[in-house]
Formats: sequence, C-alpha cells, structure tokens
Amino acid sequence: MSDILTPTEDALAEAPPPTRGGGALRYVLTKIGGGLVSMALVVVLGFLLFRVLPGDVIQTMFRGRPASPELMAEAEERLGLNKPLFEQFLDYLWRLLHGDLGQSYVFNVPVTDKILERLGPTLLLVGVATLIAVALGLWLGTRSAWRRGSRFDRISTGVALALWSTPTFWLGMLLLAATSGLFPTAGIVYSDTAPDFLSQALDVAHHMVLPTITLVAVIYAQYQLVMRSSLLEEMGADYLTTARAKGLRDDLVRRRHAVPNALLPTVTLVFLHLGFVIAGAVSVETVFSWPGLGLLTYDALRVRDLPLLQGTFVVLAGAVILMNVLADVLYRVLDPRVRAS
Amino acid sequence: MTAPSPRALAWRRRGAAFAAGWKQYASQRAGLVGLGLLVLIVLLAVLAPYISDQQGLDVTKATGGRMEPPSGEFPLGTDRVGRSVLLLTLWGARVSLLVGFVATLLSIAIGTIIGILAAHYGRWVSAGLMRVTDFFLVLPSLVLAIALSTVLERGVGTIILAIGLTSWPSAARLVRAQTLTIEARPYIERSKALGGGHLHVIGKHVLPAVLPLVFVNTTLAVGSAIVAESTLSFLGLGDPDPMRPSWGSMLRSAWLDSAVIAGAWWYLLPPGIAIGIVVLAFTMCGRALEAVLNPRLREG
Repeated sequence: MSDILTPTEDALAEAPPPTRGGGALRYVLTKIGGGLVSMALVVVLGFLLFRVLPGDVIQTMFRGRPASPELMAEAEERLGLNKPLFEQFLDYLWRLLHGDLGQSYVFNVPVTDKILERLGPTLLLVGVATLIAVALGLWLGTRSAWRRGSRFDRISTGVALALWSTPTFWLGMLLLAATSGLFPTAGIVYSDTAPDFLSQALDVAHHMVLPTITLVAVIYAQYQLVMRSSLLEEMGADYLTTARAKGLRDDLVRRRHAVPNALLPTVTLVFLHLGFVIAGAVSVETVFSWPGLGLLTYDALRVRDLPLLQGTFVVLAGAVILMNVLADVLYRVLDPRVRAS
Repeated sequence: MTAPSPRALAWRRRGAAFAAGWKQYASQRAGLVGLGLLVLIVLLAVLAPYISDQQGLDVTKATGGRMEPPSGEFPLGTDRVGRSVLLLTLWGARVSLLVGFVATLLSIAIGTIIGILAAHYGRWVSAGLMRVTDFFLVLPSLVLAIALSTVLERGVGTIILAIGLTSWPSAARLVRAQTLTIEARPYIERSKALGGGHLHVIGKHVLPAVLPLVFVNTTLAVGSAIVAESTLSFLGLGDPDPMRPSWGSMLRSAWLDSAVIAGAWWYLLPPGIAIGIVVLAFTMCGRALEAVLNPRLREG
C-alpha cells in the first residue's frame, strides 16, 4: 500500500506497451491470459488457505465453543474434510465451476446465495463512493499539479495524505460521534419505512451519507496523488509549449492538452489500487453495519465461518482481478497512439 | 607513515558519505521533526515498564470508574473496566510499533529478495516471479490478511505474518526496477568478466546499491503496517490478552463498548491520534530520506 507515494515512475515505465505489428490483439490476449492465471491462483489460494495451513479446520471452527467429538466428526463429514486433499480440491473446483461455494456454517444457506444477497449494497456504496472520490481526486490533483508548490497544492496534498493514512474505521467512528443523532448509525434502511420506492430510496440515501463520506475521505487521496504526479510528468512536454505558443488560454491548455494525456496512466493505476478500496469497504461496512460483502466478511471471521470466508475471499479477489484485466484492455482502447496503429 | 589499507579507506569514504547525507537530511525541517517525534515515541514505548506500572492494565485490579472523563488521577479518562486510557495508549505503543517494525522488515526482506532475483536472473525466473508479484499487488491485501489471521492462531505473530506476507509486492517491483538499472552499468560487466559469480555480484555490487532505496521504502512502509495492524486488531484478529493492548485493539474495545454513543471522546481519540502521529512521523522521515538518497529526486 505504501507505493502510493511514488507510484508513477514505475507504472509509467511499464504502462505504454511496445507497439509492434499486430500488437493490439497480442497485448489484449496477453492481458487476458495473465488475468486467467491470476484467477487460477486465487482459486488455488482460496483452497489451500483454508485446508493446508497449520491449524485444523475443524479445530478453528469450533475454537472457543463447546463441541463433542461426534459433532466435530459430523461437521468433518459434511464439509468433506475426511477425503484426500487432492480429491477435496477436485470437488471444490467442480462445485466452483457450477457457482457453488459451499454451505455457510452459521447462516446455514448456500454461500453463493448469501454473497449475491449482499452484493447489491456493496456495489451501491462502493460505486457511489468511487465516483465521488474519482471526481474529487482528479479535480484536486489537476489543480494542485497545475499550480505546483502553491498554497492550494501544499494544503490539499497534505490533507489527502493525512486522510489516506488515517485508519478508515476510526474516521467512521469519529464521524458517528461528531454527527450523533443526525444520521442513522447502522443498517441500510429502517424497517418501518413506507414500502414505496421514493421513501425507501430516501431512507437508503439517508443511511448512506456517513459511510459514503468515510469511504470517499479515505480513497480520494490515491486518485489525487496519482493524477497530480501523472500531470506533473506531462508538464514539461513540448506539446504544451506549442499549445501555449499558439496563444491558447491557460485553462484550455490544461483541459484539452495536458489532462487527457495525464488521465491515461491514471486509469490503470486507479484500478491497480482497487484492493485498497475493498479494504476500505470492509472497515466502513463493519463500523456502519452496512449489509454488504465487507460486513459479511467480518461476520464470517467473527464466527469463523470458513466456507463463507473462503467464498468472500474468492469473490472479492476475483472481482478485483477482473476489473484490472478490463482496465488494461480499456487502456489499450483509450490510448489514441495505439488505436491509430 | 604507512598507507591506509583499502578496507580503512572504504570505511573512511563511507563515513564521509554518511556525514554528507546527514547534513543534507538535517537541512530539512520536516525530516528532523519526524525523527524527533519517532525517537520520543520509541523511547516512551521502550521505557513504559519503568515509567508506569503494568499492573494498571490488569482488568481485575482496575481502580477507576466505568468510562470516567479525564480527571487529575486519569489524565485521559478510563475505559469500560476502569483502566487508565493514558496507560493503555502508552503500552499500546509497544505492540503497535513492534508489529509495524517487524512486519515491515518481513515484507521488505521478501520484496528485496524477489526483486533482486527477478532482475538478476531474468527470463523465466523473472517472468514467473513478476507474475506472482503482480498477482499479489492486485489482490485485496486486507481480505487476504483477514483470511490468514483467521486460519492461524490469534496473536501478534499472526498479525505480523499476515501483514508481511501481503504487503511486499510494491517493494519487489521497486527493487527490481532499481536492480535492472544497476545491472546495466559497466562495473557489473567488469565484475562478471573477472569471474564474479551470482552471489558475488548480488552481494557485493547490487545489494549495496539497492539498499538506500530499500531503506527509504522501509521507512515509508512502517506507517502503512501500523495502520494495517490497527485495522486487523479492530476486526478482532489481534492479541486477545488485555495485558498486551495495541492501538487497534483499544479502538475495538471502544467500539464494542459503544464509546461513540456514550460520547466518550477520551476513549476514542488518543489511540487514533497516536496512530496518526506515528504514521505522519514515519512519512516525514521517509520523505526526507528520499530526498537525500534518491538521485532522481535530487536532480529535480
């Protein structure tokens, strides 16, 4: 996570792929292949993590709870843990391919159902927060790079760094304490809200205010810092001097010439840091009891529901990898230098 | 007068380089402030057993009332069982700093080894290692750390392992890039031509050239590790022993004890502010070090 402070040189060096004949298709295929390898790694890791690591799975599940040997044997049988490891893996793979992530131990429903049920709230929260954070971050980053070293630059970069290094959950708790009573402290909707769409939507929005602010505060910094350093790299470029020499106004030079070029590497880096957003979502959902995948992860770890934890791990990690492959392909499509060839 | 041995010369040169570096570091106010803060906090943490009584952490021997506001006896109030929040914060520094340092060392060690190997051996080794690195770089590290600490025994060791094993990829990429530029230089070729093996080239030439960058990265990474520790502890994956609090586990208790609703700000603020100050101090030191050690920044 520390690479946010010096991200661009490294990424820029790697970002523009070599343009050879037929490069575009080859590039896309390489990226998709890489994504597939990563997906396979996630699947294997998801399996190994919960089977092979020291600490017996059954022991872990029953830790701190009274359990008779029969109960433990029954659980072992039910989870298929008495079979050879390789057979277990094939079993797991086969069921995974059919969208079956096993049975949640605590909720006693299929893990897939539980995850699908919690997907909506997480997408809503993370989506809205990311949109706001990207807009805010890009705007602040552009402004502070354009006036590098100014008071605005120093203050906004300082604030962003401070918020970025604050523990997310603590920020959420502070917001809760500071606005006590103004906003709901937990959940997504009151149970006694009228069932019509408008009242429901308003209530959800009311519940969303604090979690969204918290998440935005923690993640917008990365967009701002990446945009700032990416634009700084472009500042010395000759085409900006040309644009100025043509007599273009300052803000036109910025909007039409500098920003579009600086945006390209930012897109990839933004997706590269998506794991950070997920981490933020876990903390935020826990503090505000927002019924999404993050809270589900917390619930799963609290009661040591290993199938559920495995499911959330595979789904969250898989989603992040998928988004990254999409970003890589998108990058290729967006870059006019590549499109033309 | 006999001529000094090459070894003595080398040491004298290092001494001079260090002195010059220190002079440059000392010229940056933020770096000095950060260093001062760090020295102070580390001293307080190390001396905690001598300047305070650990028995005050024992829940059965707590003397204060339930979530008392700050008073003369308890400058930062008390927690739910009546322990002094000031004492908890002081002792919390020990666990939080320990986890921060050791986890960072682990992660930097893994990152440095993988980065150097990937750059030095090239081809298949490089492709394989960088594939794994990219995989871990993209993976949501908190989710992986949660999974790791759930499966392993709860405690400080597990948290260190979970953070160390999930946070190394950025260091690996940085070290790889640096190693590649170093290995392209003529003196490496000379060393190889004179018969230097892999171990010699890596140990004598690459590693010393890469270390300054690694050092900067370490300083910057400790802050992230401390924040990661607090998050994992907050989620309940930390050391369950109340005699070994960390800032994260304090915030967890504050949350579980509804300090937010009770308005017990004295319970909520100190651990978070402590985390903030430490992270800020490390960032300030890291940035100042970077300015001294990173040639790319020095030119600009």
